[in-house]
Amino acid sequence: MAENLEKAIREICELNGNDHTRMMDIVREVQQRFGRVSSEAMDFIADAVNSHRVEVESVVSFYSFLSEKQKGKFVIRLCNDVIDKMHGVDNVAQAFREELGIDFGESTPDGKFTLEWTACIGMCDQAPAALVNDKMITRLSTDSAREIIKSLKANGDENRLTHLLGDGNNANLLVNSMVNNNIREEGPVIFAKLDAGKALHKALAMSAVEVIKDVKTARLRGRGGAGFPTGMKWEFTRAAEGDEKVVICNADEGEPGTFKDRVVLTERPDLMFEGMTIAGYAIGAQTGVVYLRAEYAYLRAFLESVLADRRNNNLLGNNILGKEGFNFDIRIQMGAGAYICGEETALISSCEGLRGDPKNRPPFPAQKGYLANPTSVNNVETFCCVAQILDKGAGWFAEMGSTGSTGTKLLSISGDCTRPGVYELPFGILVGDMLEKAGAENPYAVQVGGPSGQLIGKADFQRTICYDDVATGGSVMIFNEDRNPLEIAHEFMEFFCEESCGYCTPCRAGNELIKERLEVIMKGEGTPEDLDYLEQLGKTVAVSSRCGLGQTSPNPVLSSLKNFRGEYEKLVKENKDGMQRTFDIHKALATGEELQGRKSVIYAD
Amino acid sequence: MAKPKIATASLAGCFGCHMSLLDIDDRILTLVDLVDFDKSPVDDIKKFTGRCAVGLIEGGCCNEENVHNLQYFRENCDILISVGECAIMGGIPAMRNTIPLKECLDEAYLNGPTVYNPSGNIPGDKELPLILDKVYPCHEVVKMDYHLPGCPPSADLLWEALVALLENKPMDLPYEVIKYD
Ligand SMILES: Cc1cc2nc3c(=O)[nH]c(=O)nc-3n(C[C@H](O)[C@H](O)[C@H](O)COP(=O)(O)O)c2cc1C
Ligand code: SF4
Ligand code: SF4
Repeated sequence: MAENLEKAIREICELNGNDHTRMMDIVREVQQRFGRVSSEAMDFIADAVNSHRVEVESVVSFYSFLSEKQKGKFVIRLCNDVIDKMHGVDNVAQAFREELGIDFGESTPDGKFTLEWTACIGMCDQAPAALVNDKMITRLSTDSAREIIKSLKANGDENRLTHLLGDGNNANLLVNSMVNNNIREEGPVIFAKLDAGKALHKALAMSAVEVIKDVKTARLRGRGGAGFPTGMKWEFTRAAEGDEKVVICNADEGEPGTFKDRVVLTERPDLMFEGMTIAGYAIGAQTGVVYLRAEYAYLRAFLESVLADRRNNNLLGNNILGKEGFNFDIRIQMGAGAYICGEETALISSCEGLRGDPKNRPPFPAQKGYLANPTSVNNVETFCCVAQILDKGAGWFAEMGSTGSTGTKLLSISGDCTRPGVYELPFGILVGDMLEKAGAENPYAVQVGGPSGQLIGKADFQRTICYDDVATGGSVMIFNEDRNPLEIAHEFMEFFCEESCGYCTPCRAGNELIKERLEVIMKGEGTPEDLDYLEQLGKTVAVSSRCGLGQTSPNPVLSSLKNFRGEYEKLVKENKDGMQRTFDIHKALATGEELQGRKSVIYAD
Repeated sequence: MAKPKIATASLAGCFGCHMSLLDIDDRILTLVDLVDFDKSPVDDIKKFTGRCAVGLIEGGCCNEENVHNLQYFRENCDILISVGECAIMGGIPAMRNTIPLKECLDEAYLNGPTVYNPSGNIPGDKELPLILDKVYPCHEVVKMDYHLPGCPPSADLLWEALVALLENKPMDLPYEVIKYD
């Protein structure tokens, strides 16, 4: 066995050029083949790629899709996002438990099944959803959960789980998935037709500087969340010192409630690759990388085939479209289950074969990014916009949307509404109008921008969706009057506690403290001062954290405190005598009484 | 006008914080002009003689007597201050919080290499306060109004804090006073 393992690992490492920067690919492959990356395996890998064992272990222990412990042949990852909980995932979970006789986090004794919880897998519009290995299973019920286990036991093949295929390219043989696109409104940018190569052709007729100028004239801002002007980012990257420049497409889409990139990757991959290639030309890069979240592995073969077609048509490769000296190619880098890897510097760490730790800034990625090369990281949707801008003109694009936020925005809408799905809407649309389109009947609270965004209430429904007002990277979750804003905020705090990389104390410990205090309030044991405490601590965490995760993680609590203060005030009580209601002397004494063999006299009840 | 009263207590602490209070040196004469000491180990007054303006608490709560005492202080003081690491976070005594209580007591009274205990019992005399499942920082038991960090907080910090409180003025906190390395 040991020899086989060693041989297999040598082969895997060899295939990856014994290159330690390809650690992600290596450990993913080992995990897939052996159901684990054992201690022995880590030693072999370290030896083969001339690295240290601790480096390998730091990667294996970081990502949730990798493990040192043996996983079952079928790993079932059930999504416990707030939206899935609203759609009855708890019952589905119980069905899985009963059918398999194990709890979450456990494997069956025969080594066939492992049951796990996972954060949002990008299927909020068809929740509850789960991954069975790489296979996406949507709209789960207790019945279908039982069916799945029966089928896996009988057939031993997750590919035989999906009978009905989804719409569009989901039915493509290479995707072969039951996922539905749920495209509810097609707009003029992302969903407008564009023949592969057309925009690239136009771009190559211009100088690189002119291309950047066009993107700037269109006033395109990044669609990944932060809204940084794309043209400016490219200019910095182009101007930075270094011969090898890099374009990275951020397809990590980990923000709970976001699933618009999933639809772009399924239906508009050519548009995205075209935008990346244009970026390569504009920046002077030869290398393009798509960082694809592990949850979307089911799209990989399809995306590879689109890349192959583009290579065949000279839209990638050397001297692209006859442009002498313009060489550019794109590879797909798979993630391994870590929300933080959506943050651009953590994403770069991950691409370099390291654990997904954010890096210190400066230097910014535009100066020193992937393997110390100047790098521009942009979102999937941003690249699509670029291609359309180059084809249809900067003026055409800038006319749409609002002054500060031009163009359209893809929104992934889910929760308490009759029409969940993807909407391409012009920037500047009223929140209320958006809710109406989605068929939200009794919207009470809306989480815009995912957990790191804002929980807004009715008073804000007259505001507009754009970077300068209610900003969003695409996630919109709708909650009706039956939902409790504190519980929603709590769900999100749990998410951040789980996903914090742990590097800085304000984020690692602060988020836990926020969550704990929120729990005290939810139990009815809080005081009005606890609200001030949450506000102060929230601000401290936000200003003293190193990366965007910690800088935004207190938002669910801070925004719900602001917009739903009444819900908090209902639960807190003035502490008149100064005794903490959370402290239970009898509970604190119980063990001591037992061990010391007598009852308390001071606190005899 | 009668002088305001202050009280102090050492719960699960090492008395280091009280020593630091004495370290204000000759300023103690000024302090005595400013305040009267009520219940405190300094003067050995056991029961409050009246309402106090300020209570200084050293140490967290490791047993029922600490809790009782702290609650007694809360009832009798307008302002309660956690003084030092032990009061604020549990400090050294809280190192036991990661170990189950039974293991701690077994090690102390049954299994430790120097233990001589033919009865094989864990002491439970009613003169001994019962131990809590873990060490609690003061603010988890009663509301604490302020926290003065340090192990111990320096005499200057204690002095500054007291004077600021008694004179109702903002506190002067130069860097040296809250720097710990
Ligand atoms: C915790 C965290 C997660 C993020 N996740 C994503 C993501 O999944 N996709 C994305 O495009 N940007 C994500 N971002 C933003 C990226 O850091 C980066 O700003 C973005 O990819 C830049 O692309 P853009 O300029 O096109 O928006 C995330 C940021 C943080 C702090
Ligand atoms: S803010 Fe959080 S996620 Fe970001 S670097 Fe610090 S600990 Fe890691
Ligand atoms: S804080 Fe330090 S000096 Fe004060 S009681 Fe605790 S250990 Fe002693």
